[in-house]
Amino acid sequence: MTASEQQGLDLWEVFVRARRGLSHQHVGSLHAPDAEVALRRARDLYTRRGEGVSIWVVPAGAVSASDPGEKEPYFTPARDKDYRYPTYYELPREVRGL
Amino acid sequence: MSSVRALTALARTLKPLDAYVLGLGDDALVSSHRLSEWLTRAPDLEEEVALANVALDQLGQARFLLGYAGRSSGLTEDELAYQRTDREYRNCLLVELPNGDFAHTILRLLFFSAYQRQLYTTLSESTDGELAGFAKKACVEVDYHYEYAASWTLRLGDGTEESHDRAVAALAELWPYTAELFAGDDLVTALAAEGLVPDPERIQGSWMEQVTSILAEATLGTAPSGTWRPGGGRNGVHTEALSYLLAEMQSVHRAHPGASW
Repeated sequence: MTASEQQGLDLWEVFVRARRGLSHQHVGSLHAPDAEVALRRARDLYTRRGEGVSIWVVPAGAVSASDPGEKEPYFTPARDKDYRYPTYYELPREVRGL
Repeated sequence: MSSVRALTALARTLKPLDAYVLGLGDDALVSSHRLSEWLTRAPDLEEEVALANVALDQLGQARFLLGYAGRSSGLTEDELAYQRTDREYRNCLLVELPNGDFAHTILRLLFFSAYQRQLYTTLSESTDGELAGFAKKACVEVDYHYEYAASWTLRLGDGTEESHDRAVAALAELWPYTAELFAGDDLVTALAAEGLVPDPERIQGSWMEQVTSILAEATLGTAPSGTWRPGGGRNGVHTEALSYLLAEMQSVHRAHPGASW
C-alpha cells in the first residue's frame, strides 16, 4: 500500500482540452479524495501555463485498458491489407494541406 | 538604533500612496513566504503544489506592489524585500504568524484571501490607473485562493472530529488578528477620500459576511467574541515571528550582497 492509498486517496486520470475544437488528451494522473479536489489539483498540476480550456478527471479504476500480453492480436500493423489505407484516391489540389 | 533611523528615513522618503502600497506588498510577500514553508512538508505532493501555486501568485503581487512603492524613491523591489529590518516592514500581523498545522494555514488563507478579494475589487476602481490595472488582474488570482481556502475550510470544519477540533483552535487563535486588516489610520483615510484606495470600513462589511457564512457552513459556529485585537504591523511593530522569517528570507542576500544568477 502506498502512503496515498493509506490516506484514502484514489488515483485519478486527468484529461485536458488544449483549446476549443480539439479533443481532450490524457496528460497524467494524480491522487485526490474525490472528484472536486481532483479537478482542483488537476488545474494546479496541469493547466498553470495556459495549457487548457477544459479538464476531465476520471477515477483510474474506471478505465479499462487493453492487455499488454495481447499486443500482437490487437495491434499488429495491417500493412498487407492495403485496402485499409485510403491511398488510392487522387486528392484534389484544393485539399493539399490535408 | 540603526533600524529606527532607517525606518524614519523610509517613512520620510515614501509618498503617502507609496507607503500604503508598501503595506499591501509586505502582506503579499510575507504571506507568500509562509506558504512556501510548506514545501516538502505538505500533507501530500498534490497539496504541496497547490500551496506553492498560491504562494507564487502572492509573490507576483508582492513584486508589483514593492516595485510600485519604491519607484519614485529610487528603491528596487529587491532592496525593499531584502534590506529592510522587521521594524521597517508594514505587513499586518496575521500573515506573519507561524504556519501552525494545516488548519491554521487554511483559515489564515481564508481570512487573508477574502480580505484581498474585497481590497483588490475596490482597488480596481482606483483613480490611479496603474494600481487599478494591477488589482483587476490580481482579483482573478485571489478569487481562486479564496475558493481553495473556503473548500478546505468546509472539509476541515465539517470533516472528522480531529479536523473539526483543529479548525476550531485555528479560528480561536487567528480571529483576533483579523481586526488589523480593517484598522484605518490617517494615511488610509486621506487616500480613501481621494478615491485612490479602498475605505477599510467599506470593505469590512462584505468581508465579514463572506467569512462568517463559510464558518457557519463549516459548522465552526460564529466568529469568536473577545476584545483583544492586536495590531501595530502597519507601524512596524511586529511579533517576534517576523524577525525569524526575515532572517531566513534575507540570509542569502545578506551573505552575498548584490549577487545575481
